[in-house]
Amino acid sequence: MSTNRQASPTSRWRAPVLFAILALLFILEGTQRNAMFSGSWNTSLAILNMGLISAIIALGVNMQWGYAGLFNAGVVGFLAIGALAPILISLPPVEGAWAAGGVRLLAALLAGLGTLALATLAWRRLHRGRGLAVIAILIVGFVVYRGLFDPAVTAIEANNPARHGNIGGLGLPVMLSWVVGGIFAAAVAWAVGKVALGLRSDYLAIATLGIGEIIVAVLRNEEWLARGVKNITGIPRPVPYEVQLQRNPEFVEFAQSWGFTAATGSGIWVKLGYMTLFLVVLLLLILLAQLALQSPWGRMMRAIRDNETAAAAMGKNVTARHLQVFIIGSAVIGIGGAMMVTLDGLLAPSSYNPLRYTFLIWVMVIVGGSGNNWGAVLGAVLIWFLWIKAEVWGPALIALLTLPLPDGGLKSHLLSGAPHMRFIAMGAVLLLVLRFAPRGLVPER
Amino acid sequence: MDILNALVAFLNFVFIPAAAYGAQLALGALGVTLIYGILRFSNFAHGDTMAIGTAITILFTWGLQMLGLSFGPLPTALLALPFGIACTAALVLLTDRGVYRFYRVQKAAPIIFVMASVGVMFVTNGLTRLLIGVDEQRFDDGVRFIINARDFREWTGLSEGLALRGTQVLTVVIAVIVVWALFWFLNRTKSGKAMRAYSDNEDLALLSGIDPDRVVRMTWIIAAALATIAGVLYGLDKSFRPFNYFQMLLPIFAAAIVGGLGNPVGAIAGGFIVAFSEVAVTYPWRKVAGYLFPGWQPDGLLQLLGTEYKFAVSFVILIVVLLFRPTGLFRGKSV
Repeated sequence: MSTNRQASPTSRWRAPVLFAILALLFILEGTQRNAMFSGSWNTSLAILNMGLISAIIALGVNMQWGYAGLFNAGVVGFLAIGALAPILISLPPVEGAWAAGGVRLLAALLAGLGTLALATLAWRRLHRGRGLAVIAILIVGFVVYRGLFDPAVTAIEANNPARHGNIGGLGLPVMLSWVVGGIFAAAVAWAVGKVALGLRSDYLAIATLGIGEIIVAVLRNEEWLARGVKNITGIPRPVPYEVQLQRNPEFVEFAQSWGFTAATGSGIWVKLGYMTLFLVVLLLLILLAQLALQSPWGRMMRAIRDNETAAAAMGKNVTARHLQVFIIGSAVIGIGGAMMVTLDGLLAPSSYNPLRYTFLIWVMVIVGGSGNNWGAVLGAVLIWFLWIKAEVWGPALIALLTLPLPDGGLKSHLLSGAPHMRFIAMGAVLLLVLRFAPRGLVPER
Repeated sequence: MDILNALVAFLNFVFIPAAAYGAQLALGALGVTLIYGILRFSNFAHGDTMAIGTAITILFTWGLQMLGLSFGPLPTALLALPFGIACTAALVLLTDRGVYRFYRVQKAAPIIFVMASVGVMFVTNGLTRLLIGVDEQRFDDGVRFIINARDFREWTGLSEGLALRGTQVLTVVIAVIVVWALFWFLNRTKSGKAMRAYSDNEDLALLSGIDPDRVVRMTWIIAAALATIAGVLYGLDKSFRPFNYFQMLLPIFAAAIVGGLGNPVGAIAGGFIVAFSEVAVTYPWRKVAGYLFPGWQPDGLLQLLGTEYKFAVSFVILIVVLLFRPTGLFRGKSV
């Protein structure tokens, strides 16, 4: 798995220089207004904030792939399960929903989990006829579960469906949901890892691809949980609202002293607030990740990654360590998912597209340098910047290239298809990096 | 009479759609399994190869239609198919030249190939979008129904109608022909035997003077042909949207893995296993049950899972088979 991982030394200035270039890109985006940059600090900071969240997700993927060589192709699923946390934690409770079917719903979920636990127990304990016993347990359990679950869901979804139709949240602070998002994702990762981690590398990729699809399908269709495709908006924020700031004369004066109008200034202030929060989380995670990587645990992980057989022969429990790192990585992805929903202020399950939220994250990790936490962060912010700007640069490039063409069908077709250039560009970046710098921009030491 | 009605409902809503879908999956899985057998990696770009092959075929179909050509009762797309296959094969060979060959020479780890195929997937996806856009396209201009539900009811006097669409028959017929041709090729021709030998034991095949580049080229051409045919049949049967083909990746891989990666017979069996389980689990059986047990009115729809969870079926089959038979039902390879 890792024939080309053994590092040839790279300059220690490489990472700082690349980060400086990245910073310059954001400064240009904030200050220069021309064909390439928007010259708006609001845009620049908006890209940066999403880039920081992408960096957290990439950090999670890097733990799984870079530390342990696990190919998780279901990133979008763990992201989506984390995205559920802000809904269930921070939204105000929906009146009447719990009375309508909350208790029955919990009973149904407990019955479902109980059935699975009982089936597992039966499989372990019984010897003769255990196949039949397990099937019987599963069938009875399924009937009981559906018997409890279906009416409860119907009742909850009938409760004021235009505005709610779901169980609502607990009304707790939204920042708490970031941790809970991580716990949700970790729990799912534990269940997935228990069954799927024995699989070989590409089998694991395909199994996780399926998990990702299933989790997103659940979010899209279980309206009692998060309103499904009806979306949830108005998720509480950890930072002030722009309108409040604009009404505050002190803030207006402060913004004007910096040369901004109240509207622009309030947008920037809010985004700076988010940025600070995200940076704190990111740096905390990197600190923990670096400490872990440099500890005996990290050495053991890399030893397992580089030669599983040898590590197993030395008495390392490969499966248990894989499960551990899979859970930790997924938890970090889940934290990122919860933060993303907090930033957007809405949950729109139909937007969870694997091309964007699984494979683009992979591009980030590979480009940045798998196995290196700073590399993953650099790759994430850089690729996110390019992904956003490709929407502007792609059409501009096509317009330039098609300038000599006569007006007509072909030209207008090319121009209208230009936004799709970003997929081609991202694929090309991934292929070029894999080919010419397989260890990424900031390689593992 | 009620048993007949139940049977017709079963044929109409379960058997016929699942057979057509199974044939499409089987063709897709054959492509995946061939690439795995010869090139030894899971090609994540296969879904998008299907999409771009179909998109090219649709463009040729439109061209033929503009020229006023048609294929009588059959869809014009069949006339355009050879052109579509040729272009897709050329594209795939170019990709191999530009991307995969480098890693083959380097003898890189399989997972690096998978990563590279993710890059190819992005590029192919973008090209498809650029070529034809993201909108839904319907390009079936053949005969819509071979048996119409109302006519069927009038002929037989049953209360349940049976509808057989032209594309469904076409799918199964073409799939049978293609599978027959593929097996004839693999078992009877010299090139086919060379491919099998290379797949079984690379070193031994090289020793006996088989040209590896030729084998690889043949594999890509056949995989491109299978992908394009599968994609066009799926597009004729349902409709064409680039993203749908990406979502077929999971059932196709499930089919190939369930049968045993690298095993063509397994891929076909896997395709039908996945398709029939998917349709059977997500079909509301209430109607069939109503005919069979007239006195008993079930409360629910008797639907085990909503249609939106059909991925879950592929996934569960995949996991269960892998847990108990790690190399698939028909003993595939394991690298």
